[in-house]
Amino acid sequence: MQIEMRGIDKSFGGNAVLKSAGFLLDDGEIHALMGENGAGKSTLMKILTGVYTRDAGTVIVDGQEVCYKNPQEAEKAGIVFIHQELNVLFDLTVEENMFLGKEIKNVLGVCDKKAMRAEVKKVLDRLGVDIDPGERMNRLSVGQQQMIEIAKALMVDAKVLIMDEPTAALTEKETAVLFEVVNSLREKGVSIVYISHRMEEIFALCDRITVLRDGTYVDTKKIPETDMNDVVKMMIGREIGERYPARNAKIGDVAFEVKNLTCPGVFEKVNFQVHSGEVLGVSGLMGAGRTEIMRAIFGDMPNVTGEIYMNGQLIQNRNPIDAIRNGIGFITEDRKVEGLMLEESIMKNISIANLGKISKNGVLNKKAEDDLVKKGIEELHIRCFGPDHACNNLSGGNQQKVVFAKWVYTDPKLLILDEPTRGVDIGAKKEIYSIINDLAEKGVAVIMVSSELPEVLGMSDRIMVVREGLVRGILSKDEADQEKIMTLATGGEL
Amino acid sequence: MNNKNTKNLIQEMGVLIALVLLVAVISIISPEFRTIGNFLSLLRQSSINGFIAFGMTCVILTGGIDLGVGSILGLATALCASFIQGGMPVGAAMLLALVFGTAFGTVSGILVTKGRLQPFIATLVSMTVYRGVTMIFMDGKPISNLGDSFMLKFVGKGNIFGIPVPVYLFIIVFAIMMFVLEKTTFGRRVYATGSNARAAKLAGVNIDNTKIAVYAISGCLAAVSGLILLSRLGSAQPTLGEGYEMDAIAATALGGTSMNGGRGRIWKTFVGVLIIAVLNNGMNILGVSSYYQDVVKGIVILIAVMTDKDR
Repeated sequence: MQIEMRGIDKSFGGNAVLKSAGFLLDDGEIHALMGENGAGKSTLMKILTGVYTRDAGTVIVDGQEVCYKNPQEAEKAGIVFIHQELNVLFDLTVEENMFLGKEIKNVLGVCDKKAMRAEVKKVLDRLGVDIDPGERMNRLSVGQQQMIEIAKALMVDAKVLIMDEPTAALTEKETAVLFEVVNSLREKGVSIVYISHRMEEIFALCDRITVLRDGTYVDTKKIPETDMNDVVKMMIGREIGERYPARNAKIGDVAFEVKNLTCPGVFEKVNFQVHSGEVLGVSGLMGAGRTEIMRAIFGDMPNVTGEIYMNGQLIQNRNPIDAIRNGIGFITEDRKVEGLMLEESIMKNISIANLGKISKNGVLNKKAEDDLVKKGIEELHIRCFGPDHACNNLSGGNQQKVVFAKWVYTDPKLLILDEPTRGVDIGAKKEIYSIINDLAEKGVAVIMVSSELPEVLGMSDRIMVVREGLVRGILSKDEADQEKIMTLATGGEL
Repeated sequence: MNNKNTKNLIQEMGVLIALVLLVAVISIISPEFRTIGNFLSLLRQSSINGFIAFGMTCVILTGGIDLGVGSILGLATALCASFIQGGMPVGAAMLLALVFGTAFGTVSGILVTKGRLQPFIATLVSMTVYRGVTMIFMDGKPISNLGDSFMLKFVGKGNIFGIPVPVYLFIIVFAIMMFVLEKTTFGRRVYATGSNARAAKLAGVNIDNTKIAVYAISGCLAAVSGLILLSRLGSAQPTLGEGYEMDAIAATALGGTSMNGGRGRIWKTFVGVLIIAVLNNGMNILGVSSYYQDVVKGIVILIAVMTDKDR
């Protein structure tokens, strides 16, 4: 199926989101759609699939101008949008999800379970994934849920599949499976629109790339004829320079150490040290236990044994309150669920971790609070209308900066970062790296868990690799490379 | 931009505007309504629901609900009456009733946090059990003949400069609650707990203690209401306070507090309490049948909640 979108305009309440946006999708190609957060990728796709109506412009599908009124119409035409936030009902089973609203019924109007089961099996087999159709959705991994979404699309015989950040929550292994599936779909003539921030993936998977900037079409290039720097330049309209800014931190004494940290069935005998001013990268596949180790350090995990030392002193973190008192800060991987009060202002979000600092005898000092928040907005370059700006109206990058501001002013001795740049666009990523560097330069010990290997390699002084709850090795910056990390992470020996 | 600000302000002030309009309309229709004396008695009547609604707002802000307040009011009042009958000085008996009210609320809070019960269920249990205990304790009969203490009468029936004592208490408690929620770290924790408990916990907020505290406040304020009723009635009734939780929830909802927690303002609850009181008082004066009164009250709540911008 060929799709041409041209000169698309769209405004929301006087706010122009798309100005002359568009792209051209060919038969059986994987077409990457890139741009910073807010560039209009998702909006453009929502216009294609009838979620929004366009203000101006044309959409031509296989030579005919179309205007779908809703996603169901687009789906009937064979265009399916798989959203970043998966559209699944967690308490229902796989087959119930797949047949939701289009159950196969027998003459009496009762669901024909047998027929549905057979159909589900057929589609799952075609995808080459092994999932029990009777399993409840919430017992599947995110990667498996993603596969179910693709299977749903195949069931309606999709000719165009739009995938928005499909790998954001997938493990390396699941990503590989997804790529295989996507490639085989292309061979069967399905066209795929692939929206992602991950440059490496796009260059590994896609045929062509279209870049949008500020709601406007910039250019389309064939993947072999471009490179990452070129794409970044198109995305931000300028050269970004070094992707990982240089750090000038003095690495001091051991600031933090764990000995024999164990949580039965999750991780075992974890030992490592972090020096002040050092960034320790933590790498590993998703589900290896990285996040759990961090939560254990922060006192947010039950049944943990082992010893934790801060500046040589044994400390006990029974709960996050203890951990904070002991000088630890924790920026979690999911800022929307665990990091922010989304509906609240920037001010209230920053204040909540710093209440002691801005109050006396439990009474808030408004002036101290205003000063602190203003300082945070300035120093961390949070782009907003002011301290009262609600966090759900901020871009991902600025939200993440608010989370950083929350913790930076608690003066942590150790700051744990779990996927600090997930869902953050490339310009804001660099700003976040600079914030991390500033912290290290001030002598903070930093642990950075990340699934993005280039980021781990670019930012860390040492890299700890975790696999199935065990520390498989700690590599110095000089000896580490992608291959060695992946070897350790997947169970190989160096 | 200016236009938008005006619009926001109107929405922000919506409940207040509704109250003013309501008072204006009824005042025009009824000369009896628009007297100082009637306004004072209206304020005095509204204080009973007011104290409970302030506590309810705190609980709802954390994402909970407190169905137990009516029963706590009943039991605390019964205890107070029996202490007085047993010869305890009135001041001490009242203080002790407040302590008991706080304790009863704390139990609800502990059921919610440590017992991991949903607030609706936990306080449904409190509501049922405390009412039952009140019945057992009083053997289903009122406690009267509480003597002729000045203190006992003063709390509910007294006047200072012509203004009823409950009105002073109402304003004072309102000011305290406003200060606590807006100006203290505890207030911030209350909002944070309701807004995103997980994020708040990881930011070092003791979620359990915060929740227990709001149920304790709610219990204490329910007891305050009970004492004023005791003073006005001169006796404790076993069914005192039945259904009061609903008026308090209604006032909180009228004020636009989100039932999911995290959003809401105490001054709006104050206005919500006044709206309910004006409706009751005004319709009584206008001679509207009490059956119709409930229908009107329900519709007013519906309109208020539907026009709320934060909903």
